[in-house]
Amino acid sequence: MADQRDDKGTNRPKLALHVPEPKYRPGDKVDYSHLNIPKAGEQSRPDEACEAKDTFALCNDLVRVLGDDNQAHGPWDPRLDADTLRQMLREMALVRAFDNRMYRAQRQGKTSFYMKCTGEEATSVCATHALAGDDMIFPSYRQQGCLIARGYELTEMINQIYSNKADKLKGRQLPIMYCSKRLNFFSISGNLATQLPQATGFAMASASKGDSRIAATWVGEGSTAEGDFHSALTFATVYNAPVIFNVINNQWAISSFSGFAGSERATFAARAIGYGMAGLRVDGNDPLAVFAAERWAADRARANAGPTLIEHFTYRAEGHSTSDDPSAYRSAEEREEWPLGDPIMRLARHLIALGEWSDEQQEEMDTELDAMVRKAMKEAEKNGILGHGLHHPFHTMFEDVFEELPWHLEEQAAQAIRERRIKFPGDPAE
Amino acid sequence: MNDMTTETAPAADAGETREMNMIEAINSALDIMLDRDDNVTLLGEDIGYFGGVFRCTAGLQEKYGKTRVFDTPISECGIIGVAVGMGAYGLRPVPEIQFADYIYPGLDQLISEAARLRYRSAAEFIAPMTVRSPFGGGIFGGQTHSQSPESIFTHVSGLKTVIPSTPYDAKGLLISCIEDNDPVIFFEPKRIYNGPFDGYYDKPAKSWKGFDAAQVPTDYYKIPLGKARTVREGDALTILAYGTMVHVVESVARDKGVNAEILDLRTLVPLDIEAIEASVEKTGRCLIVHEATRTSGFGSELSALVQERCFYHLEAPIERVTGFDTPYPHSLEWAYFPGPVRIGEAIDKLLEA
Repeated sequence: MADQRDDKGTNRPKLALHVPEPKYRPGDKVDYSHLNIPKAGEQSRPDEACEAKDTFALCNDLVRVLGDDNQAHGPWDPRLDADTLRQMLREMALVRAFDNRMYRAQRQGKTSFYMKCTGEEATSVCATHALAGDDMIFPSYRQQGCLIARGYELTEMINQIYSNKADKLKGRQLPIMYCSKRLNFFSISGNLATQLPQATGFAMASASKGDSRIAATWVGEGSTAEGDFHSALTFATVYNAPVIFNVINNQWAISSFSGFAGSERATFAARAIGYGMAGLRVDGNDPLAVFAAERWAADRARANAGPTLIEHFTYRAEGHSTSDDPSAYRSAEEREEWPLGDPIMRLARHLIALGEWSDEQQEEMDTELDAMVRKAMKEAEKNGILGHGLHHPFHTMFEDVFEELPWHLEEQAAQAIRERRIKFPGDPAE
Repeated sequence: MNDMTTETAPAADAGETREMNMIEAINSALDIMLDRDDNVTLLGEDIGYFGGVFRCTAGLQEKYGKTRVFDTPISECGIIGVAVGMGAYGLRPVPEIQFADYIYPGLDQLISEAARLRYRSAAEFIAPMTVRSPFGGGIFGGQTHSQSPESIFTHVSGLKTVIPSTPYDAKGLLISCIEDNDPVIFFEPKRIYNGPFDGYYDKPAKSWKGFDAAQVPTDYYKIPLGKARTVREGDALTILAYGTMVHVVESVARDKGVNAEILDLRTLVPLDIEAIEASVEKTGRCLIVHEATRTSGFGSELSALVQERCFYHLEAPIERVTGFDTPYPHSLEWAYFPGPVRIGEAIDKLLEA
């Protein structure tokens, strides 16, 4: 075999495999000066019905509205009234309060798992505000902000996280894998990027029925490497489907930095160019820019002008989940040095600059929201916490595999109940 | 009239019938369901204007329009994923995967999504899709156009797997699948699209012409899922088969003059266990035949079930006749295929025991 190689004795250079490496590891000093952060308000805003190619320059730019002066700038300013801004601020703060309490609940052993979205609140809360209530959301696992923005009851969320007897999903799903048909929030899968072609399919169905509802879906930058991403974007452009793809580029996929999804060579928004799809790259920590981009894409989809890919450039301030320890693979300075700030602080400062908010109000609100979360926790705990026996009845384990219970599952259900009677004689819990 | 069983013949009151091959029967089922239910939507590679590489969707785009029957990109992951989303909207998608051998890129969407959606959402969302796909060999399709991957799907909780063996069954079963609110894999044995195949590849191919099971009602009718069909009654042994192999075992039993009871399973999940138990308890001998590879094939499951439930009625060890555990070879297709010699030998062994 080796004898047949025709480079024997030649001077051809040796090939070298490139394995990406993040700029900073634990203990490293962090310097983000290489990031090209344009000034707020400098990005042009094409018409929603423009040709896709008119957005391509924005795929390598960064749409920003809130400037260092805490004022809104430029054509992307969505000109929202103060009430709407305060509402978005409140919901983002509620998401953070909820995350903090649920994280602690996991540490206290009340559940098995939790995932925070700290620093990324705008990408779900403000994006959801830009959609209509009956638009269908196909979330990934870090979009609790979408549910909170649609007014989902905190107790319901906690029941799901505790897998208790009031959990609407009957204790079948890992914590935070919510689902609410009533709020047009699709069931979260644990398998990554599968929701993307599904969102496209929903949008195609809506279009084929002459409906006016659109679909919006979320995916992490790491999962854009999945084949589903390519399939979804191909179908979306082929059928001009009314769907929005939100790529949350939070820099990290567990311990793998965005380079493992291709960020060393191109932006994620630039993926749109190859498909002939509209693309926008947005400051994901700028609540106004996120809202404006999502509303632009929603209006575009609703006008039959086609799908949009939005890259939300942001930073995962915490670990991937309660099972992760980011200090083992990245520098702690990254969070402190992140040049796009914190979305909650930025919106609060903007409202203060407008004379529509104050530090005192912010503090009061945070206290109120924390109390609200604690009250919901107490309420949910009445229905049980994970592993303390207050789960759904045994036979529910066999329901909903199919619409009707086939004979083999009936037999297995009988066995499960028999096993329980042997282990817990006299317990009526089945 | 050929000597195929008359049990598949339409009931006397079934209305007008027409002789159809399996392709025409499938086309008729799709036509009827597109007409009856505005939510039924067909999608797949080459199924629109062209009508499908096997012609199962011929004429349907012209009749129902491009938004009801349409071509797709070459992306099985996309086809199934999009169908899940369409189901979430409220449509009843019927995706076609051009060959079962191509279904693998769609497996994550089938296994992790379509099959699990009802369970994980506590029935808030369902995936009422029927995935049609031609499967099986005997057409010189080589290893990428001949496979029988049914046991991959029967292993997945939440999926139903249905395989017809006649035009009459194909139409009635397909209508049941489309109306079913769970995801169904509907494998069409492509070797018998145009005529039953008795396993003698060196004899001229037969068409469906003249067979009772090719007399298909032109109107709507259903064959329930989960019900096997008794192809012929007998008391010497029970043969469990589905798809193309139903016809092969029938001809082998006939040629050998063996009074076999042959069950066409039709639905693998949910399985008609009652029919299997009743037959094996009567005959005391069981032969299981499928074209798919042997190890972890559906025959393994059947064999285990018969052993667990009928052991004290068995007078001989259960026999399995299957394809070999190799890829489906092109030039040696008939050496792979579980034909009359392999089946005949197994029958002899069972009866001698």
